[in-house]
Amino acid sequence: MKNFLGIFTLTALLLGFQLNSYAAEKVEYLKTDWSFKGLFGKFDRAALQRGYQVYTEVCSSCHSMKYLSYRNLAEKGGPEFSEAQAKAIAASFEVKDGPNADGDMFTRPGKLSDKFVMPYENVKAAQAANGGAYPPDMSVLVKARGGGVDYIYSLLQGYEDPPAGVKLDEGVYYNKYMYGNKIKMSNQLSDGLVEYGDGTNATVEQMSKDVTTFLMWAAEPHLESRHRMGFKAIVYLIILTILVYFSMKRIWSRIETKV
Amino acid sequence: MSEHQYTPKSKFGKWFNDRLPLLTLANHLTDYPTPKNLNYWWTFGGILTFCLITQIVTGLVLAMHYIAHADMAFDSVEHIMRDVNYGWLIRYIHANGASMFFLAVYIHIFRSLFYGSYKAPREIIWIIGIIIYLLMMAAAFMGYVLPWGQMSFWGATVITNLFSAIPLVGEGIVTWLWGGYSVDNPTLTRFFTLHYLIPFLILGLVVLHIWALHVPGNNNPVGIDIQKPSKDTVPFHPYIVIKDGFALLMFMIVFAFFVFYTPNILGHADNYIEANPLVTPAHIVPEWYLLPFYAILRSVPDKLLGVIAMLSAIFILAALPWLDTSKIRSAVFRPLYRQFYWILVADVLILGYVGAMPAEGLYLLIARVATAYYFLHFLVVLPILGFKEKTLPIPLSITEPILGGSPNLAAAKNKESLNIK
Repeated sequence: MKNFLGIFTLTALLLGFQLNSYAAEKVEYLKTDWSFKGLFGKFDRAALQRGYQVYTEVCSSCHSMKYLSYRNLAEKGGPEFSEAQAKAIAASFEVKDGPNADGDMFTRPGKLSDKFVMPYENVKAAQAANGGAYPPDMSVLVKARGGGVDYIYSLLQGYEDPPAGVKLDEGVYYNKYMYGNKIKMSNQLSDGLVEYGDGTNATVEQMSKDVTTFLMWAAEPHLESRHRMGFKAIVYLIILTILVYFSMKRIWSRIETKV
Repeated sequence: MSEHQYTPKSKFGKWFNDRLPLLTLANHLTDYPTPKNLNYWWTFGGILTFCLITQIVTGLVLAMHYIAHADMAFDSVEHIMRDVNYGWLIRYIHANGASMFFLAVYIHIFRSLFYGSYKAPREIIWIIGIIIYLLMMAAAFMGYVLPWGQMSFWGATVITNLFSAIPLVGEGIVTWLWGGYSVDNPTLTRFFTLHYLIPFLILGLVVLHIWALHVPGNNNPVGIDIQKPSKDTVPFHPYIVIKDGFALLMFMIVFAFFVFYTPNILGHADNYIEANPLVTPAHIVPEWYLLPFYAILRSVPDKLLGVIAMLSAIFILAALPWLDTSKIRSAVFRPLYRQFYWILVADVLILGYVGAMPAEGLYLLIARVATAYYFLHFLVVLPILGFKEKTLPIPLSITEPILGGSPNLAAAKNKESLNIK
């Protein structure tokens, strides 16, 4: 048993190293304390609400979030706006609907069941408006980047003047965390850009953290229930394993062989 | 099964069993004499059965919500993750389940290599196992294509393009596989169909695998033939059932940790970007469990030869019972083989590591050396070792070391020092 566990752990560690190297690029990202990490990680409700504000006021003019609906804003485990607030948010957007009985498309105020309104009609329109670059959809952005939340958080604060010798084309910016260091999105955040309703000081760092938290929730809306269920499942399994272990010992005690 | 003269107790049972001997089968399975010295490496057979059933059950539910269409597949996966009740749980179990399945199958295969379980009279079990392993790789590869992310699309492109290496008909075969001139909707729908089919083929082969196992019975850490049933065996139920159950629970704890706390660590981030035929990812890498073969493929400069090398690396395993010329099964009594065994384990891990790295410079050199050694192990080392190696004396029975005073006490002591039990 000990021998088995020893070899198993060793192999698992080796595999772990392998996976680690597989995760590729070793860039030192900026670190911050994410409330949603760890066994009991939960979202910071206020940060999610502030993050949503940053998204709507800054990001959403170029970036879509096509998998989210306004109803999600009021759901458990998310920003948890009240239903009235979520309804008001939805109603503040004009949604294209139709065709109506006359066969015409029309616009109406958004409802909870509507998906987030897209900033552009289609990918081509988005590219045309952004110098040929497509601002990626943000619904699963955090999961679609190797460094995850740390990468997004760092990228938002990673704009600098290019080092001597680096030539940038028109509409290309230097970011020390971007893959290849060249990014077509200009620096979007500056201190005091948004005015937080809860009085939090809107520094670049604060806004980066809030909006990244919001993006994490957007990509993993069930993260909180996953963590809760995971803890229960693992505790249950451990207790059951211990019980089965003693049953096994009892049964095998009938013969001389050890288990 | 005929050796059990089993008669059901109830009248109905007897009536039924005379017409369909299911109860005789159940009795055979519970009474099945199993060597009592099996260690925990032997529990992975049961764990693998659990993995297969988990994949089939979660897969069925996913198939109810998934849409196999190039324009909707990615969206439908996000729909499962967000709006289907516990859809995230089912999908994460299925996605991580594939990795856990391969983790278990590699332990199972390497256990077999260590204890010589592939040797006579168990060659058929071994060959069926290799076919199952091949089908698993096919199923896993096609399953990875279904979410229609960037890695799905480009992985499918790279792997299907391998067939173009076949002289003359290669290009035609690739077009036929794709159902068009590139990986597209027809490719996705056929991959979905096959991904749904293959697990049931595997299930059928698992039945044959177990059937073939129950003819000679289990090998054991000492690797000797034993009398069945005898003092050396225990009935499968309850002894092995509870032990396998205990091991399975420990395995499930690891499994649960991945599912609930790091569900995406084994996948590639690029697969959360919807497939785009116009943008090629910087590095196209397969899932971790295919990396050693990917390294072998890339270590050969010629495309056709690379494909042949990769396939040979798998098919060579099927010839293993005849390549290994040693009469002794267990590595416990083969001091030299034991060392070569661990070198092979290291070699495969190295291949896996370089498979994840770009194929250039030092990585490529290491991949080539490791590939050469892989084949050397099977084609040269094993055949020669059987004739040259001085093996340790093997005990006469499993219980013998305990009885003591046997002519093979030295071997028995050696066995204890290796902590087999």
